[in-house]
Amino acid sequence: MHSGKNAGILTRRQFVAASAAGGLVAAVGCKTGSEGNWEFLSDQQAATLAALCDQIVPADDFPSASQAGVLNYIDRQLVRHYSRHQEAYRDGLMEADSLSRKRFGHGLSELAPTQQWEVTRTIELENSAFFTLLRNHTFEGYYGSPRHGGNRDAQSWRMLGLAEPPLLGRAQYDLRKGSPS
Amino acid sequence: MKRVNAVVVGAGAAGGIVAKELSVAGLSVVLLERGKWYTAHDCRKDDLRNQRTTVLGNAFGPEDEGNPRVWVDAQGGLHTVRPSEGPYQNDAACVGGGTFSYGAQAWRYMPQDFKMRSTYGAPEGSSLEDWPISYDDLEPFYEKAEYEIGISGDYSGAPFLGARKRPLPMPPLPPGREFGILGPAARRLGLHPIHIPMARNSVPYNGRGPCMRCRWCCGFACEVDAKNGSQNTVIPIALNTGNCELRTECMVKEILTDDRGRATGVAYFDERGHLQEQPADIVIVSGCATESARLLLNSRSRLFPNGLGNRYDQVGRNLQGHQYTGALGYFEFDTYDDVGPGADIAICDYNHGTPGLRGGGMLANEFIRLPIHSIDHLPTGTPSWGLGHKKAMRDWHRRTIVIIGPTQQIPSAEARVSLDPSVKDKWGLPVVRIQGNCHPHTYEIGDIQAERAQKWLLEAGAIDTRLLSQAQNAEKVTHGTDANQGVPHKSHSELIPAAQHQAGTCRMGNDPQGSVVNKDCQVHDVDNVFVIDASVHVTNGGFNPALTIMAVAFHASASLVRNWKGTGFRS
Repeated sequence: MHSGKNAGILTRRQFVAASAAGGLVAAVGCKTGSEGNWEFLSDQQAATLAALCDQIVPADDFPSASQAGVLNYIDRQLVRHYSRHQEAYRDGLMEADSLSRKRFGHGLSELAPTQQWEVTRTIELENSAFFTLLRNHTFEGYYGSPRHGGNRDAQSWRMLGLAEPPLLGRAQYDLRKGSPS
Repeated sequence: MKRVNAVVVGAGAAGGIVAKELSVAGLSVVLLERGKWYTAHDCRKDDLRNQRTTVLGNAFGPEDEGNPRVWVDAQGGLHTVRPSEGPYQNDAACVGGGTFSYGAQAWRYMPQDFKMRSTYGAPEGSSLEDWPISYDDLEPFYEKAEYEIGISGDYSGAPFLGARKRPLPMPPLPPGREFGILGPAARRLGLHPIHIPMARNSVPYNGRGPCMRCRWCCGFACEVDAKNGSQNTVIPIALNTGNCELRTECMVKEILTDDRGRATGVAYFDERGHLQEQPADIVIVSGCATESARLLLNSRSRLFPNGLGNRYDQVGRNLQGHQYTGALGYFEFDTYDDVGPGADIAICDYNHGTPGLRGGGMLANEFIRLPIHSIDHLPTGTPSWGLGHKKAMRDWHRRTIVIIGPTQQIPSAEARVSLDPSVKDKWGLPVVRIQGNCHPHTYEIGDIQAERAQKWLLEAGAIDTRLLSQAQNAEKVTHGTDANQGVPHKSHSELIPAAQHQAGTCRMGNDPQGSVVNKDCQVHDVDNVFVIDASVHVTNGGFNPALTIMAVAFHASASLVRNWKGTGFRS
């Protein structure tokens, strides 16, 4: 892992802790997740995607999608199991930005949260195929296994009140050794 | 390659048992499995990649790349689908087969389940038939399966089930919270709740410890090896005899026959992709309903131009599985206890005996749900995204109960597996094409089962409910997943619910023109080829089929060994 990305994660963790305590989320919630080192996304695409994902799972007392690492999840899968969706993301994100510019004069990531909501809602109505992908992938990254880069520190599981770390078996098998990614 | 007495194709629920029974009886056996033998290190608790939620693929095979199938939709449209997509109708491909990662409900079918046609009459357009064997014929083999595989649970208190000679070998696991909520409600409704029989150790058994009750159960491998499949019971015994050799990552191409029409062995691609031949006195096909039919159809020769055992165009017909229907209930209090396996209470009151319905099904509470399973299981009216959705996840994930069950399928000869004329897999073999559906009465039964589940939930105190009467894939939790993308919207009349519970494609029967194998699972046409797996199920009961697959495998193996001792097959 790149050191730059590590630094980003630490920053975000601190950010999450601060926002949970201080309720600062709405003002800056759309700015995270764009620090680079993506496998598929450009920084610009990442910023747009973060804004969309954070509409699907916004921050409240618990982290938003991008704060929980959903972008890592989607970015990784776009060069792995979801490589067949690369085109859909390229087009969908470009359309989201051009829709934002047309309607509000700026790219999606620079809009206010209510404007971002409006653009997201328009995409849901007018490009439901892309929106369905986006929604499902966001939820997978937010509520799925942390091993794929999302659900950082199992925060969504904690949010739902699930024991974390969960029950592990007695040392019949050592899951740390050779544990697949 | 050295000739052996028997080659068994497929190391799943049935193939493992056949390999064990034959090798213990002294026959030399080669057991071929196209998947891998996964070990403890592959026991990944991955919410997105398992045999149940497959958005990132199947954990235990087949791989998405190189293993396509073709699905024909109701309008005749052709779709090439991957193993992680719903219409593929996947069952795991690994040592243990489905039993490596199943939920492990281990039910006996009821006596009527073997006599569907004589009990109810066959509806117009269906291929409903009786089995050529009865519950009583299978009873000793059910018992053998229960003791050799290892089943926990408690059937007592249910008056409808077939007679049995011995209780289950293990008591049920202590009941979870849902049992405490649903049990009294069932009794108030006059129903007879019981502890689900499970192929899962509740106490130490067979040299392995009990279930540790984690969250990752149905669809996952067991971290502590407390879930009992063929991979940790019969297959190790087979290997220990010294008479059985297991070869993994070997894909069988065809069954070879001589000019007298007898099988001489199989041709298969080994783990490096090299074509090999394994000569054998007898060939046993145990590859699951879709793949067993495919292998017979792919085994064409001058004497069998339409495939082995397919003289009367019966191979591949009557595909069935289980439509899962039920209801989701929302409660004002926490129903979730984070204690696996989750499913523990069931009723069999509705399997048979409803006027106007040809059968019914068992209803049980659902296996423990992971968060990803809740995203589309929130109360009606919940926003599908945004803060409202996130809040609803917090409000409801721990406050739902799902009651669901497999409905008796009314088979149709038009629901079938055939070979696609153009699409090939990575070995260059023609792939499975799936078309047609069960008889529509199946779905009428399912809708009524859903209402029954709803009534039970309301009696238990649910403040709101949702019917789950269009669950398409047996035991596959769908959440608008990637599995649904790229194919048209599936209504319950469009997609046959076969998947993990697939059955019926090489029907057992006395009439060679209306079935593929006889009551001992021997192919009518070729007396040294056997199909032993759920393919032979004439009907599939209103229960999870695993224990019946195992009982049939013990039954067929017993007959095989008996005949072998008479040197009937030795060439």
